[in-house]
Amino acid sequence: MSMLQNVTLGQYFPGTSVVHRLDPRTKLGLALAYIIVLFIARTGLSYSVLALASAGIVLLSEVPIKLVLRGLRPILMILSLTVVLHVFTSREGVELVSFWFIRIYSGGVIQGFMLAFRLVLLVLSTSILTLTTSPIALTDAIELALRPLRRFGVPAHELAMMMTIALRFIPTLLEEAEKIMKAQLARGADFESGGLLKRAKSLLPLLIPLFISAFRRADELAMAMEARCYRGGEGRTKYKVLAYSRLDLYAAMCFTAVGVVALAL
Amino acid sequence: MQCVELNSGTQIKGAAGIIETKGLHHVYRGHEGDTHALGGIDIRIEEGDFVAIIGRNGSGKSTLAKHFNAILLPTEGRVLVLGMDTRDTGLLWSIRQAVGMVFQNPDNQIVATVIDEDVAFGPENLGVPTPEIAERVDAALRQVNMLALRHHAPHLLSGGQKQRVAIAGVLAMHPKLLVLDEATAMLDPVGRAEVIETILALRSIAKMTTVLITHHMDEAVLAHRVIVMDEGRVVASGTPAEVFAQPELLESLGLDVPLAAKLAKELIRSGLSLPEGILTAAQLVDSLCQFN
Ligand SMILES: Nc1ncnc2c1ncn2[C@@H]1O[C@H](COP(=O)(O)OP(=O)(O)OP(=O)(O)O)[C@@H](O)[C@H]1O
Ligand SMILES: [Mg+2]
Repeated sequence: MSMLQNVTLGQYFPGTSVVHRLDPRTKLGLALAYIIVLFIARTGLSYSVLALASAGIVLLSEVPIKLVLRGLRPILMILSLTVVLHVFTSREGVELVSFWFIRIYSGGVIQGFMLAFRLVLLVLSTSILTLTTSPIALTDAIELALRPLRRFGVPAHELAMMMTIALRFIPTLLEEAEKIMKAQLARGADFESGGLLKRAKSLLPLLIPLFISAFRRADELAMAMEARCYRGGEGRTKYKVLAYSRLDLYAAMCFTAVGVVALAL
Repeated sequence: MQCVELNSGTQIKGAAGIIETKGLHHVYRGHEGDTHALGGIDIRIEEGDFVAIIGRNGSGKSTLAKHFNAILLPTEGRVLVLGMDTRDTGLLWSIRQAVGMVFQNPDNQIVATVIDEDVAFGPENLGVPTPEIAERVDAALRQVNMLALRHHAPHLLSGGQKQRVAIAGVLAMHPKLLVLDEATAMLDPVGRAEVIETILALRSIAKMTTVLITHHMDEAVLAHRVIVMDEGRVVASGTPAEVFAQPELLESLGLDVPLAAKLAKELIRSGLSLPEGILTAAQLVDSLCQFN
């Protein structure tokens, strides 16, 4: 694994911390609630409370800080762009810098950093969710969360099964892509240089065999699943049943308290 | 809706074998014309049998196997599984529960992202109660000697380990018959040995009725009965000794004689007085040791 190694998905970090032991439904719900509060919050003090809460959860989760921060890497560009745009375009507050054509106002700086801060917290909270919850637990939680919507035609079980299979096959397909890529490279293919169009074109000999193989795999997998009596979610039992514990109650109470404080400030 | 668990004998009518095919024909209908893949197969597989099916590419082995668990239905003729007609749609899930099938590509039959979850997939589909699923998963993983790796991700396993997981996934459904369709074809020698060892252990401990489809003659000789197929028909059938005593026939079908048998024959021809009918490496070593 070399070229495709930096594609990380299902970044679960196994552990037995309090955060790990929470029911995945609780975690999913609380992460959503946190994000909502994040978007309602307006003042710097509110953000500070939310940031403190985040930091506390990271510490409780026992996940290495480095891993948590790695989740921020993909959004670095967006973050800098957000800050730069606000700093240079906003005309609110007092003028801080006035040099040549550049005018920087305090309002822009504050707004830019607040927004960036909000984005960081948003990504951190979802990172913590996926770092401490196994993909299976997460899909189970999503299936259960969507189950009430089945009445409106939301295929809860099918969606969860699709996610499970996708998670199962991503490493397999990545490995295969790597193999095909190496075979093409050995024959003098070039995936790295040239303009966007040329590069996209050079990917075709990679994508076409990959797609063909993915379809063949899907076909065989479907047969293997049917051979093992798979016939949808109806009448299916579960190997691992999710169950709430007292921990979930405590977590919900703590979160409510934090939310109320954050919004009151 | 629940798959009916088959308690030994309750549903088996009269003296029905595990599998019984009667005048079985299968025709694949395609754009470029039809393929008559099976042309009248009459076989019987009894409880406790260990049957190997050999034959060149395209001889219809997989097509036959897929009739055993109603993935394919006969174009003509009948297939009875424990006396249940595979054309009876009401019995579909009982038939699939009774006949477990392991396929060639280890990557394309594991569904879940963790080993034990995958083994649980079959029992979950059958509607087995949760506490019992856990018991079945443990037992099945122990049977294939994979219990230690139960929390691993499948893509980190070797080919042989993946196939053992696939076997466990089938065992957890408590089948009456285990069908392996070239389950060792994509494995390296080590993986093949692992899988064969697992099958032999299942045979000796659980008395599992087994159908082994293979291109490797040294695997076929392990069976009690060998069925040779060509062009959709059974062209020979008998004990490994009987079947492999016809090298001309096998050669005409593009099949090999087991390496040990070939070697024994050469040794006999060059003057060594070895007994007739040596098929496996173990037998050859035995008689050579006695010879000294
Ligand atoms: N889905 C299909 N559609 C059309 N024809 C098929 C299909 N599957 C198999 N066949 C044809 O049916 C015949 C028997 O194929 P089958 O796969 O049963 O052979 P096999 O003995 O398993 O071969 P192999 O050793 O290659 O696995 C072949 O001629 C094959 O081309
Ligand atoms: Mg085949």
